[in-house]
Amino acid sequence: MTAAVLTRVRRLPRLRPGRLGATVAGTVLAVAVLACLLAPVLWPLDQSAIDLSQTRLAPSAAHPAGTDDLGRDVLLRSIYGLRVSLLVGVFAALVAAVIGGAVGALAGTLGGWVDRILMRLVDTIAAMPHLLLGIFIVAMLRPSLGAVVLSVGLTHWLSTARIVRSELLSLRHRPFIDAAVSGGAGRMRVLTRHLLPHVLPRLALATTLMIPHAVWHETALSFLGLGLPPHLASLGNMINDGRGSLLAGAWWASLTPGLVLIVVTLALAALTAHWRDHLDPRVRAELQL
Amino acid sequence: MTAPTRARRRRRTGAGRMIRNRLLVAVPVLFATSAGMFALGAASPIDPAQQYAGAAAFTTSEENLAQIRANWGIDDPLPVQYLRWLGNLLRGDLGWSTSRHEPVADVLAARAGWTLLLVGAALVVVLLASLLLGTLAAYRRGGWFDRALRTTAYAIQSVPSFWLGLAAIALFALSLGWLPAGGLTDITATSTDVADVARHLILPVGVLAVSQLPWFVLFIRDSVADSLRDDHVLAARARGLPGRTVLFGHALRTGLLPFLTLIGTHLPELVGGAVLVETVFSLPGLGAVTVQAALGSDFPLLAATTLATTVVVLAANLGTDLAYAAADPRVRLE
Repeated sequence: MTAAVLTRVRRLPRLRPGRLGATVAGTVLAVAVLACLLAPVLWPLDQSAIDLSQTRLAPSAAHPAGTDDLGRDVLLRSIYGLRVSLLVGVFAALVAAVIGGAVGALAGTLGGWVDRILMRLVDTIAAMPHLLLGIFIVAMLRPSLGAVVLSVGLTHWLSTARIVRSELLSLRHRPFIDAAVSGGAGRMRVLTRHLLPHVLPRLALATTLMIPHAVWHETALSFLGLGLPPHLASLGNMINDGRGSLLAGAWWASLTPGLVLIVVTLALAALTAHWRDHLDPRVRAELQL
Repeated sequence: MTAPTRARRRRRTGAGRMIRNRLLVAVPVLFATSAGMFALGAASPIDPAQQYAGAAAFTTSEENLAQIRANWGIDDPLPVQYLRWLGNLLRGDLGWSTSRHEPVADVLAARAGWTLLLVGAALVVVLLASLLLGTLAAYRRGGWFDRALRTTAYAIQSVPSFWLGLAAIALFALSLGWLPAGGLTDITATSTDVADVARHLILPVGVLAVSQLPWFVLFIRDSVADSLRDDHVLAARARGLPGRTVLFGHALRTGLLPFLTLIGTHLPELVGGAVLVETVFSLPGLGAVTVQAALGSDFPLLAATTLATTVVVLAANLGTDLAYAAADPRVRLE
């Protein structure tokens, strides 16, 4: 392929929030995180409590987002759901970062046939619908918190591996690496003291960009009944539970958890994109969104 | 017919070499993937015999369960089981679904068509809509339409397709009553009528298309906006060609090439979306059956659907790459 075509293929459209957008996103995220942190102190929730005298109440002063078919407050459960989703998202993104970082570092530093085999593996796994793969993993491990984290982690490390590898490849031929090698530094020393410090910011960025994707994946699994245990307030579980209420006319049971999910993940994505643009304007992130 | 030129012949052998190289890579990797999936299935704490018997497992005698295990060879060493499973797969025997109590091949044959219809129709809608909207936005880039379109696209990117589906049901099926809320045919229908099925597919196809649209629209918009600055587009404009001809005949045409690659790489997302949309709208497709298999820990069916979709997506990727090379003479096949 000619170079001109190649650059056009690689470039993917991405979110470019301005200063105002980033401020709004930051405020939304701060409120959400604060609510998640304070919820257990201010409004304790008994996950298994139901109140059958309060089922499917429309939004009111007492229940700002209404109640679901088991008489549970939708807004409060949405906050707890967001807590779980963000927690799963962060841990799963970390798992993905460890796997992707290790594969990318192996491919980028060893090069040669190791690089070729690993990158082919990455390409092929990228061709597998990751939701199907995630479903398979969860089904075989039995749905649970750990299985969900593992399912997301095992399906979302590909872009991280690619980023780390390409970063290492471009660093390998810089003069300061040549200087370190001619100064007598061994392979391990070059890797740990010279290469890794340059890769870490990109790795951290890729990990943060992965959190919204991890949250969506977790929510999708929970929605299908393959995620977190059904009694636990999680955004996906709540949207799934709300399907019954929806057909009974109580549209609010699925509405609030969905809106919370959309607003928070959008804010997270916008803030990370802002950070990416200001971290290193030269570098093009390969992740979409 | 003239004899193929040397350049064309070289391209043809290039295509053959590319197909061969891809297969050389894809086959071992598929083996590795299937081994990984089998290992995961073997590590699963679920006993297939008990799961097969279902609630009857409590009353089934230990001898009967042992008989099922012996029939399936569950207690054999794992490598033996893996090779037997793989050998059966290669011979076209996909195994026996433990949750649906019928051959996996029958399940796939009965369900794959609906999923292909859903994904295919959604893909057509996505392509048409993204070409039109993306080109219009690029033509007046920075204008109100461009900005509104991009903002909407970024917002839709973070809307989960299943929530979008529920919202569509709430609005179009329950509030307005225009379209059915789910299923493939009317409950009272006795046969599958084409018009009835089409009416039931409008919402699922629409939701799947809208949830995948942002990536395609943004891509086309950026791609066309880029090629509007290209020399040949400037030259076309300088020759006094009408704006519409320049936009669609020159800018869009060059911007279209990388789009082929995007379609190939985005297919897995589309399949994942189909799984969710089928569940929301209770469609009898492959996605819904996969979810049921997962809930029932049905290894043979799950492994077959996952591997089958992977093969289809890999083949589609190869197809789009070949199409790219055929459409763009600058691309040399390595």
